[in-house]
Amino acid sequence: MAKQEKKQEKKKESADRKEEASAPNAAVVEKGKKIKDDLDKLMDKIDDVLEENAEEFVKNYVQKGGE
Amino acid sequence: MRNRVVGTETEFGIVTREAGSSDPVNQSILLVGSCPVLPSPDILWDYENENPLNDARGFEIEGEKERPGPEYNRLLNKLLFNGGRLYVDGAHPEYSSPECLSPRELVAYEKAGERILDLCRETCDRISRKENGTVLYKNNTDGKSNSYGYHENYLVERAVSFEAIARALIPFLITRQVYTGAGKVGGENRSEPVEYQISQRADFFEALIDLNTMVKRPIMNTRDEPHAESSKYRRLHVIVGDSNMSEVSTFLKIGTMMLVLSAIEEGVDFGIAVENPVKVHKAVSRDLTLKKKYRLAGGGEMTALEIQKVYLEKTSAIFENGKDSPPFAKEVLEKWKSVLSGLESDPDQLSTELDWLIKRQMIASYISKKGYGWKDPKIFMLDLQYHDISPEKSLYHHLEKDGFVKRMVTDNEISRAMESPPAGTRAYFRGNCLRKFPKEIYAASWTSVLFDVGEENVKRIPLMDPFRGTQELVEKIFESSHSVKDLLSNLVRSA
Repeated sequence: MAKQEKKQEKKKESADRKEEASAPNAAVVEKGKKIKDDLDKLMDKIDDVLEENAEEFVKNYVQKGGE
Repeated sequence: MRNRVVGTETEFGIVTREAGSSDPVNQSILLVGSCPVLPSPDILWDYENENPLNDARGFEIEGEKERPGPEYNRLLNKLLFNGGRLYVDGAHPEYSSPECLSPRELVAYEKAGERILDLCRETCDRISRKENGTVLYKNNTDGKSNSYGYHENYLVERAVSFEAIARALIPFLITRQVYTGAGKVGGENRSEPVEYQISQRADFFEALIDLNTMVKRPIMNTRDEPHAESSKYRRLHVIVGDSNMSEVSTFLKIGTMMLVLSAIEEGVDFGIAVENPVKVHKAVSRDLTLKKKYRLAGGGEMTALEIQKVYLEKTSAIFENGKDSPPFAKEVLEKWKSVLSGLESDPDQLSTELDWLIKRQMIASYISKKGYGWKDPKIFMLDLQYHDISPEKSLYHHLEKDGFVKRMVTDNEISRAMESPPAGTRAYFRGNCLRKFPKEIYAASWTSVLFDVGEENVKRIPLMDPFRGTQELVEKIFESSHSVKDLLSNLVRSA
């Protein structure tokens, strides 16, 4: 009888541990997704402010050079 | 040294869109002349104590001393309420911060300079009625192997030899880019092509120790021009750093150096010499994993992070007792430790704090969404526009506004740093003279304020000690002086 109880406890323990392991993951994943979404939005905003004719601008950007 | 003075000089890249615009020297003169927040546009810069040809190795090289005539002087140089200097250096607008006492103070005053330059830009455009007609970049290269610099200046005890400083500092300087690097798309200056590297300036450094600042740049610059009593002080002129947008990068760059210099003054032996430091400097820039090992002169190998850890540990040790610790030591050491540890486990953890990682994440996200390659001109444009200083156009500013960047100082601190000088150095005296008697100042410099009192001779007040002329020493004198005459006699009386 005692042995059976122990086994059940063990099973419960490992199931609990599995749940614990996944719960914080969900929060982290959620946060990661938000950052990704925000970055995504920012990429479109960047296109709006980025120098229009990038190729020509970059080609013409020449400095005399200093110290 | 209990208190250490620090100041930085930043050259900005400049573009004006007028068809057939005049050359960058004139563009810079126009920009600087448009500054709407000057005590007086007519104050001369006093070049008397300027001597950039003096070499710390004990000689002076031949060359022409820069001595512009008064009219040109007034076009090139503008003194600021905060005690700093706005000027044209070669073909670039440049801002020198006033003399600061802590890394946080320096961050505020350096950022203040960006804001002041942005006001110039705005005013320039308003006058010429050309929206976005002028663009300014706080970076170090045009992508065509022309570099412009960012110089740090640290007051050091003259008693320490230049050789000792160089020996101790070289391994530190070639590896600190892991947290100070501003990031750069591509290679420059005839070096191997690369997608992305950590430092803007590394490709331009080809020598180890030299006086030159413009070609074959050296990791240790030997300029010996203390702007202070030379028997007591040395001004260490560091030209190897990147211009940073991130406040955390700047804070660490300045803070770690200030503490390492204290350790050097205490005689700490860091016990590291790297083989072929110039080569290693470039290699560190190109190893984004931060795991590459470099041969040491005595045998053995270390990664850049391991080298930095030795500097962190040996520097921390001298402040262990807390005795004589600069007030910022604890914060800098803790931040240094946590950043190194973050870089060790996963550099991306720091992609909201360090420029090269902030920029890399921005570019990688852009590439992943829009499908460009690293060599596409659009990607070069991202690199460049990250460093734009205008709030509407700067990619750094957009990242900051949208919460992707950690800050060190507040906008209020920066506004104050635009208008008033640091309290703890001679900048306080200079700035308050400029505030109170702008029309009567004939000329000024780091080491002087010259008053025109209506007589034939101007009256010169020397400022050879960076620690005199502070708020503590002269605030009451200013308060009780209602004219320059008062000020001069009160100063004599208090001497």
